[in-house]
Amino acid sequence: MHEASLAGGILKLVEDAARREGFRRVTGLRLEAGRLAGVEVRALRFALEAIAPGTVLQGADIAIEEPDGQAWCLPCAATVPLARRGDPCPQCAGHQLQPTGGTELRVVDLLVEDE
Amino acid sequence: MCVVCGCADSGDGAVKAEGHAHGHEHGHEHGHEHEHGHGHVHVDPRHGDLHFGAGAARVSVPGMSQARTVKLEADILGENRRIAQSNRRHFESHGVTALNLLSSPGSGKTTLLCATIEALKARAPQVETRVIEGDQQTSFDADRIRATGAPAIQVNTGKGCHLDAPMVAEAFAQLHHHHHEHDHHHHHGHDEAAGSLLFIENVGNLVCPALWDLGEAAKVVVLSVTEGEDKPLKYPDMFAASELMVLNKIDLLPHLRFDVDRCIAAARQVNPALEVIQLSATTGEGMDAWLSWLLQRAAPDDAQAALRARVAALEAELAEARASLKG
Repeated sequence: MHEASLAGGILKLVEDAARREGFRRVTGLRLEAGRLAGVEVRALRFALEAIAPGTVLQGADIAIEEPDGQAWCLPCAATVPLARRGDPCPQCAGHQLQPTGGTELRVVDLLVEDE
Repeated sequence: MCVVCGCADSGDGAVKAEGHAHGHEHGHEHGHEHEHGHGHVHVDPRHGDLHFGAGAARVSVPGMSQARTVKLEADILGENRRIAQSNRRHFESHGVTALNLLSSPGSGKTTLLCATIEALKARAPQVETRVIEGDQQTSFDADRIRATGAPAIQVNTGKGCHLDAPMVAEAFAQLHHHHHEHDHHHHHGHDEAAGSLLFIENVGNLVCPALWDLGEAAKVVVLSVTEGEDKPLKYPDMFAASELMVLNKIDLLPHLRFDVDRCIAAARQVNPALEVIQLSATTGEGMDAWLSWLLQRAAPDDAQAALRARVAALEAELAEARASLKG
């Protein structure tokens, strides 16, 4: 359940931003968790909902975007879609793939209200 | 089933497909709302297996009001990465090569480490070894390491499922502190130039530790032949993140139906560059290859010196070529 640790990391980023930007309430939180980032989005959402009460994130709408996986295929010398690690290249069926997209794990932006 | 709370939640009914008994009412209180629905649950039509990563679970961005938007664009693991980088610099400045050992519980990591420390004493006594042991509870593993004479620090993560960079920073400081006090008492301070190895035995878990950079020089995944040859495909992230796979307990192969070639092929399917060493910590088979790998990693100075020599040679060649161009 490393999603709990990730949720803690997200809260810290948001609280740091709250201090820096001077807001008190977050109404919307937009995250990106790529499909190859090793994160279970449902567990992450649950963890965020669990830690939100009593923090700036209380009541915030949480949107988690899941960018598709992409990889560079060495034999094809091309960027190809990759749904899961271990899947073959859709063009050559090989496995000489280096993931290049869908590995991101970040806070994109916040919708905040000043009180 | 909901992977989060374990309830057999049916959400919007996607899981009810194929006549499986997933259609019960979600009437019990969990303290969290399942408003996100379960429309992205993919049900395998043949066996009813559930795959939660297949669909497009998108929740729309809330509509704009007078509220303002704060752009963050911040890496969620950024803070850990920053501390891991500082660990890395710290290790380098002390001539320490840190290796992050990952596996499921019971793959034989600690036995492998004990055997490795003993074997290194014989083969490369100048190389110091130190260990950071990660477990949820107890200091059993660190006690086993200390019995070999190598300094070890136990990190108990409590409910945590992985080590993170700050834990390792603190453990390394402890290790360093205790070790040097020890040296001082015995009046034979080591110079650290000989190179030393720091083994970080992560919490037994094939999922979570893959994400946390600890500042190691390399991740090493240990897989025992009792675990099943398709594990690299079931838990791909760990194998993708590792540089080396140690296939452990090969002395048990005669008693098992384990296809070594298939296992290695599965691992390379996820990570084509993965190195593999087959060994048995109990019989010592394969230990030589493992020690060679370790010693090569532990002597970056030699590699650096070789690289410097090569750069010098190439520069000389370049200078010569330039000179002939002018002529």
